[in-house]
Amino acid sequence: MNIYLTLARRELAALFLSVTGYIIISAVTLLIGLGFVVLLTNLGTDPTPVPVTEMFYDTYFFWLIVLIAGPVITMRLFALEKSAGTYETLMTTPVSDFEVVAAKFSTALIFYLVMWLPLLACLLVVGHYTSQPGALDPGTVTGTYLGIVLVGALFISLGCFASALSRTQMSAAIISFVLGMCLFALGFLVDNLPVTAQWQNSFVSYFGLFSHMRDFARGVVDTRAVVFYVTLTLVFLFLTLRAVESRRWK
Amino acid sequence: MIEVTDLTKRYAGRTAVAGISFAVNRGEIVGLLGPNGAGKSTTMRILSTFLPATSGTVRVAGYDVFHESAEVRRRIGFMPENNPLYLEMRVREYLKFRARLKGLGWARSRSRVDTVMEQCGLTDVRRRIIGQLSKGYRQRVGLADALVHEPELIILDEPTIGLDPNQIRSVRQLIKSLAGNHTVLISTHILPEAEMMCSRMLIMFDGKILAADTPENLQRVMAGSSQVIAEIAAPAEALRQAWLDIPEIEQFDVSAAEGEFQRCALTPREGHDLRPQIFELARQRGWPLRELTRSRHSLEDIYVQVTKRSEEEEEG
Repeated sequence: MNIYLTLARRELAALFLSVTGYIIISAVTLLIGLGFVVLLTNLGTDPTPVPVTEMFYDTYFFWLIVLIAGPVITMRLFALEKSAGTYETLMTTPVSDFEVVAAKFSTALIFYLVMWLPLLACLLVVGHYTSQPGALDPGTVTGTYLGIVLVGALFISLGCFASALSRTQMSAAIISFVLGMCLFALGFLVDNLPVTAQWQNSFVSYFGLFSHMRDFARGVVDTRAVVFYVTLTLVFLFLTLRAVESRRWK
Repeated sequence: MIEVTDLTKRYAGRTAVAGISFAVNRGEIVGLLGPNGAGKSTTMRILSTFLPATSGTVRVAGYDVFHESAEVRRRIGFMPENNPLYLEMRVREYLKFRARLKGLGWARSRSRVDTVMEQCGLTDVRRRIIGQLSKGYRQRVGLADALVHEPELIILDEPTIGLDPNQIRSVRQLIKSLAGNHTVLISTHILPEAEMMCSRMLIMFDGKILAADTPENLQRVMAGSSQVIAEIAAPAEALRQAWLDIPEIEQFDVSAAEGEFQRCALTPREGHDLRPQIFELARQRGWPLRELTRSRHSLEDIYVQVTKRSEEEEEG
């Protein structure tokens, strides 16, 4: 546990004390802001039954952030250590592979969550100026953030895996972006499948990231979706662990 | 401390280490000497548990590096090639981080970090960012890191590469001061460096260990064929006659140098040091002697010599 905390502290310092960390946060804040502007234009003056959070999610800025920030945050985790050679100094201390993976994943996730904080400010602004008291329901906000956490955990674990496979940050970013795009594209497939209840259809519907997120943004927490994200995150973390261990098989 | 038996490491299509065996005793400083690509770094990476061996066994302090890797890692301090560090961290912060990773408690890591900073001359730069330090200081940070948890075995891969002569001297002194309390394995491709620091040298070439002996013994083997240069002011004919009279001289060559001096290149028979005899001769005859040197062997000569010997042994 002590070793985990020591590692996590250093990872957090590397993220928050570097210029890159702040560039990522600024870029994401800009995107959230743009999404917010689009959302306000859509809101217009007419009352609408759609929750504000769902409208934000529908601007697609959300997916842009997830798809790009995931690889950018995670690419350095293992790949940078490998290319700088510090991987060797790290792995020859008495740390376990599990501690290393856990520390890197959890700190990347913390950074990702901090990155999403400006959204809360945007929602509060809407809540403050709206004429409808029910426009910003705590349930929908919590649901949205739960969705953000779950989708984020999945994309971060995917990025960890890509980084553990790569020797350079660039290839790590490309691998995780491609993997992320594949998952994302499956969501399109689900949305456009005919609504006949065949087993293929119901299977693919587990991968419907859009419909999951739409539910979360409405404040509906579907356990199937939660289980899906948690399982897939664990699968990628397991693969990351195997990739880290793999240097002992070569 | 280290027992290596039949260690082989093959990368895809290339054998980096070909069945080497050696042992290092507690408290020794052993130099692993060889040109680039001889397999030094690979051997060290296997010893430090970073890479698995293709075959053969390696035990450090009685623990197998593959099966009991955590126990081994607790007992070694490893400084890899090129001394990788987290450049964005500060010196003291980095050393504390490393001490904690190596399982030292909070109070103990504090006192150990202070001790090694003192030992490695880092106290003045403890608050500086590592990326802004000179190469010599970075090297010391790497050394301090290897020492911080008082490991039984210290493995240093090319610790003096890329340093200026002053820095090299201070790093060498530091390493020498570790003898006795720690076992040290150093790799280098500079022969005099190994001679200066090590109590024993292993000469590696092409994935094999060609010779393992003390620097003195190796030097003696080499001295067998090393030429002695003497510049003496005397008639050339008298010099030739004098050399013919010394039975230990196998070959000689006398050529005129500037003024009255003659430059003599003398090759001794196996194992002889001609210098005292030459000096004695010059003294007796009253010939001025202005230079008397034995050409030192470069690492290349040693490789040539040692490879030649092992080929002869194979043929014989």
